[in-house]
Amino acid sequence: MPPPARGDVLCFATRPAGPAAGPQRTDPTVDEASEPAPPRRLEARGLECVRNDRVLFRDLDAAVGPGYVLQVEGPNGSGKTSLLRILCGLSLPGAGEVRWNGQPLERVRAEYCESLAYVGHRHGVKGELTPIENLRFQRAVAGGASGVSPGEALTRLGLAGFEDVPCRTLSEGQRRRVALARLLTAARPLWILDEPLTALDRTGVAVVEDLICTHARQGGMVLITTHQPIRLEGSALVRLRLGA
Amino acid sequence: MSAGAPPGPLAAAAALVRRDLTLFFRRRAEVLNPLLFFVIVVTLVPLGVGPEAATLRAMAPGVVWVAALLAAMLSLEGIFRSDYDDGALEQLAISPQPLAVLVLAKVLAHWLVSGLPLVLLGPVLGASLFLPGRAMGALVLGLLLGTPVLSLIGAIGVALTVGVRRGGVLLSLLVLPLYVPVLIFGASAASNAAAGLDVSGPLALLGALLALALSLAPPAAAAALRISLG
Repeated sequence: MPPPARGDVLCFATRPAGPAAGPQRTDPTVDEASEPAPPRRLEARGLECVRNDRVLFRDLDAAVGPGYVLQVEGPNGSGKTSLLRILCGLSLPGAGEVRWNGQPLERVRAEYCESLAYVGHRHGVKGELTPIENLRFQRAVAGGASGVSPGEALTRLGLAGFEDVPCRTLSEGQRRRVALARLLTAARPLWILDEPLTALDRTGVAVVEDLICTHARQGGMVLITTHQPIRLEGSALVRLRLGA
Repeated sequence: MSAGAPPGPLAAAAALVRRDLTLFFRRRAEVLNPLLFFVIVVTLVPLGVGPEAATLRAMAPGVVWVAALLAAMLSLEGIFRSDYDDGALEQLAISPQPLAVLVLAKVLAHWLVSGLPLVLLGPVLGASLFLPGRAMGALVLGLLLGTPVLSLIGAIGVALTVGVRRGGVLLSLLVLPLYVPVLIFGASAASNAAAGLDVSGPLALLGALLALALSLAPPAAAAALRISLG
């Protein structure tokens, strides 16, 4: 059994996020009491994940702030999806904690969920519904600030003309695009994307790269796993390697 | 439209009910199966026990209720299974709305397509077993109070077992003991009415079970879902 991976990268929200962002702290250890309005940031401290008696990672620290893209890398089974699910609040870590804006996730759950867009392996697109119906429903349940209209989001993802076709009849890549359109219909600062490029063709990959870069430039945060090469030019990309 | 106020829990729940009803409507076969089962079981009974009106009349409340209970169990998996398989459940779990409210919305949609038809079919099948007219009211009222309890209790069981492959047997073991009081009070309300006795006792107990299930089942199922997803 390989030794458990340690998080070897720590990235802090030091980069000014667009013209509107003010000066930001670089010291990650200041507690929330001394900071009345902490900048948006997601931090993980000392995370541990055990699956089937195998330690996937231990003592993993990571942080991502406005304007950053954090790419989680590692071979199959190294715990990338587990890490993202822990960061989403879907599963609990064996040890350690996740903090949003300096507060433990359990205490700010509703606020965190209003800031988060998650596109997982199973992307939650209903086959019986059309892309438009899927997006309308997701927007109704998602709450929080909304972004562009479902129709425009689909057009941006290259699905113009497929709005009223049941998703069941679309290809896998097209369904993935429907799932990713969710990123545009809800305005969320934090994107957590688990293998978003799976089944996408070259133009689809380019669209997603563009979405991520634009989001980061506008002060958003992105956590992403992918096995495909992804070009994120012009954005502050940080890599976190699991299963070293 | 993009600048509107963020939808609250009630708007989200309404959207969820609407979506689930659309989904059920678009996969009708799945919904019709338990109803067909209900009808077939009740119509087979006279073939098995003989056509004597007196025997059938005595058995009618119990037969209708047992068949309704088994039909409700057949349809339970539908509450969460497909949402779990395609990841929609994860999206609900990380939405800012209270998960218990969303669970209640899903159970309501499920009851509308699986429980309400049982209530409507109940008197027809009762009549086919010579259940006297004066018992119909108690049978319908009992089913109306009882079938939502079956859906609510079932939701907890499905939420606990949705992550388990082939959790069907486990689900029956978990849920059946909790269904027994509903069966007893529901069937006794109908047979009391058939015998001309007072029905307020069993119906009041069914109502109490419904109040209990309505308040306790959604948070319990929401907590169970978080465990299943984690």
